[in-house]
Amino acid sequence: MSAEHVEARPGAYADSVTLMRVSADVRQADGVQAALIAMATELNLGLLPEMGFRPPQDAGPNHLLVAVRASDDAALAGALAVVDTALSARALSATLGASLVQAPRTTGAAVRAGGPGLALISVPGRYAFAEAMDALEAGCDVMIFSDNVPVEEEIMLKDFAARRDLIVMGPDCGTAIVGGVGLGFSHTLAAGPVGIVAASGTGAQQVLCLLDYAGAGVSAALGVGGRDLSAAIGGRSARAALALLDANPGTELIMVVSKPPAAEVAAGLRDFAARLQTPVQFALVAPGEPDLTAATETAITALGLPVPAWPRWPGEVPDGEVRSGAGHRVPQNGGALRGLFAGGTLCDEAMVIASDRLGPIRSNIPLRPELSLAAREPVLGATVAGHVMIDFGDDELTMGRAHPMIDQSLRLERLAAEAADPAVSVVLLDVVLGHGAHPDPAAELGPAIAAARASGGVAVVVSLIGAASDPQRLGRQAAALQAAGADVFASNAAAARFACDLIEGAL
Amino acid sequence: MSELLRREPHIISSGLSLLAEAAREQAARVTQVDWAPPMAGTEDVLVPVLSDQRRIAANALAVERMLAVRAHLVDVAPAGPTLDLQPGEFLHAGPPVSWDRAAGPLRGALMGAAVFEGLAGSPEAAAELAGRGAFALAPCHSRRAVGPMAGVISPSMWLFVLEDPATGQRTYCSLNEGLGKVLRYGAFSPDVLERLGWMAAVLGPLLAAAVRRHGPVDVTAILAQMVQMGDEGHNRNRTGTLMLLRDLLPSMVESGIASGDIARAAAFIGGNDHFFLNLSMPACKLALDAARDIPGATMVVAMARNGTDFGIQVSGTGDEWFTAPALTPRGLFLGGYGPGDASPDIGDSAITETAGLGGFAMAAAPAIAALVGGTAADALGTTRRMYEITLAEHPLYRVPALEFRGTPAGIDVTLVARTGILPQINTGMAGKVAGTGQVGAGLVTPPAAVFPAALRSLARSLPPLRPDETAVSSSS
Repeated sequence: MSAEHVEARPGAYADSVTLMRVSADVRQADGVQAALIAMATELNLGLLPEMGFRPPQDAGPNHLLVAVRASDDAALAGALAVVDTALSARALSATLGASLVQAPRTTGAAVRAGGPGLALISVPGRYAFAEAMDALEAGCDVMIFSDNVPVEEEIMLKDFAARRDLIVMGPDCGTAIVGGVGLGFSHTLAAGPVGIVAASGTGAQQVLCLLDYAGAGVSAALGVGGRDLSAAIGGRSARAALALLDANPGTELIMVVSKPPAAEVAAGLRDFAARLQTPVQFALVAPGEPDLTAATETAITALGLPVPAWPRWPGEVPDGEVRSGAGHRVPQNGGALRGLFAGGTLCDEAMVIASDRLGPIRSNIPLRPELSLAAREPVLGATVAGHVMIDFGDDELTMGRAHPMIDQSLRLERLAAEAADPAVSVVLLDVVLGHGAHPDPAAELGPAIAAARASGGVAVVVSLIGAASDPQRLGRQAAALQAAGADVFASNAAAARFACDLIEGAL
Repeated sequence: MSELLRREPHIISSGLSLLAEAAREQAARVTQVDWAPPMAGTEDVLVPVLSDQRRIAANALAVERMLAVRAHLVDVAPAGPTLDLQPGEFLHAGPPVSWDRAAGPLRGALMGAAVFEGLAGSPEAAAELAGRGAFALAPCHSRRAVGPMAGVISPSMWLFVLEDPATGQRTYCSLNEGLGKVLRYGAFSPDVLERLGWMAAVLGPLLAAAVRRHGPVDVTAILAQMVQMGDEGHNRNRTGTLMLLRDLLPSMVESGIASGDIARAAAFIGGNDHFFLNLSMPACKLALDAARDIPGATMVVAMARNGTDFGIQVSGTGDEWFTAPALTPRGLFLGGYGPGDASPDIGDSAITETAGLGGFAMAAAPAIAALVGGTAADALGTTRRMYEITLAEHPLYRVPALEFRGTPAGIDVTLVARTGILPQINTGMAGKVAGTGQVGAGLVTPPAAVFPAALRSLARSLPPLRPDETAVSSSS
């Protein structure tokens, strides 16, 4: 006999990370069987039936969803008290502090109090425009971490910024390094000669971490947003970022990192880059282009540095032998490859590499439209056939949720489902470390990988994107993932090729 | 070119606290914005209004014009000829309202004023006439006037006439009757009418003679000084009243009018801490009227209540009122009155908050915070909070306790919608039954719904986008 409570509270708002912490606190309360504390977005409402809850009537994205099932009424009451305590801490401090120094409520107010700077905006996407416009009016450069910002709003913001000699990084700008400070999902690197312009967060992180390992530091990394090199945006911020880095005396080489750009925009940007004083190296993830690792190696060579052997765990295996260092037992029927990515560009890169080797790969961010999976299909459990790669960081899967680099739960569920699918032989994952990311991803992924390996003998291959100074400690994460039975690579391209080797070796 | 790569990073973070923490851990200077979603019903109109290319310059112009106004008291004159107000016509506070929907205090004031004008033999007879539609009602704001509480102005009442010397623009307000049982709080007993008669027969002409003899009185200068002496210009006008009396008394004495009348007038003014309110209000209206009718401007130019509805007007939307049912203030009550006796919010006096005084200047008048059991720290907190929703800091109204920072002035509808912070209004409370008079004083806000309504109208008034505004910019 269990007790249940489902409620949609109007006017109660907290950010997705806070709510995730609250959900975690509640799940750990005595007698709690299931709990979801989240904003009532369509996605979160869709999760309720799966958890055995009946969705409340008339709930919308401005409602706070509180769904708890516990062993009995007393446990339920205890759990709800945990919810209220966790949520009221902020309200209480706001009341007590009202008379004293008040935190600014808008970016404009913050600038009036403390002067301009770089506005880092991570509010839900539909509200990002107002905050960004406010920041630009107050003379701030802007980094919009939020996704789900309409393209026409992006154009207005970038044009307004250009008129004021400011730059808009984003929307959907996951990564930046400015003045030595890593912002968003980022890393702290030594200062150095490489400036990065990135229309891709995790692509930039891959390049940054490889540069870090090779001993080449960065002057700055300017994200411009995943859509900046699309035909609609036309590289507005990429040009501004290139001009900024070109004028920066500490930058000797510029790398442009992007997921597949619009061809005419890429061509225009190459022309623009050719007119700069500073040499520009392009790392565009697209068929026929060098992969990110190869482009980074070219840059390292151009700087006069030796290209190192990129780390893998376990260490090198004899050349030409397709054998999992982790002792994978690969099914003999070939089997399907499943990629479960937090990073969109890492997913793109893996698809470019694997489709060349294995044939078409279906995805929610497909290389070609005919390979499209309906966005929610992979999350909500429909089984699909063949090779599939999913970007869990895609806009439609992050509505009302934290990014999968913070909240791994959807990916963990999917990993278990793939392991249980007899058609699947290899699962390819990315794990991205650094500022902003989960404090210890291997602690959650390790047991899930071990369970997946144990359940069906599926092989697990991980690309581990991390820098030496990351707070999660790269070596410790690698060791934990390897101990769970995964093959781990610092190069995403190398991980993708190894996964293909495993599949092909089984044919 | 952007300073991004040249200055020390100062990160201003709105949204995920995790990202701010990560930057802070790298020893960056970080300011965290306490962000929350905008008011319900504004999500879809905020973007078009904020992207209106006229908005920034329009609001800058609205602020510039508001702050440039100097209000001088230039005359005191009867309302009939001054406002072309005919017998049977009455002005009232707030947005337009009919007798049928009028609140108790407004009905009481209209009944008393009709008797005062000799249109009815008794308040009851006046109510019957009003019910038959015998009187014409119009908002004070429609005649460039303002009136506190019920705000009723009838032809025989005398008005302060304020003028901006730079533009010649004028505004008007009735003379203040004092506190307690007074017409503006809806009382109409014989002593109320007798006082109105004395004000029209003696006080008005005496003040007119004194002002003409003295020359224009710089009301803006008095406002600037009183804010530094514990007044906020709405619920506390003690210093302003005494400064006015100081300026006018010699001219009153020299006017040749009987010394007994002068003595009674001086005692009346000096004994009425709210006398200056009726100069503070038209001074604020004069400043805000200068900011009216600027296309694209999102600044509020009037907040006013009639006891039934609370209405605001916005610079970019002309004379359109955005209304919703008025809230009831909370505060302290006189004598045996309690919360159940109070009428919903009433009066044009929220024009003071609209111009950066009243609740917005509460930090200058901590005594006001006691009305709701608050502390001096609460008064500071209230003014600080109002900076979040205003476009400017008033260069003349400076608050000693905030290191002489100017008061927050010029409410921006978009900032109210974004923050959900409602303007704080200090106000008197009238009894809800006609004839009662004042029952207390306290604090109130506008009903939230007026701001989304104004924002929707601003969105409707947007010009169509020109094609070049969305064109792809060329490389440079």
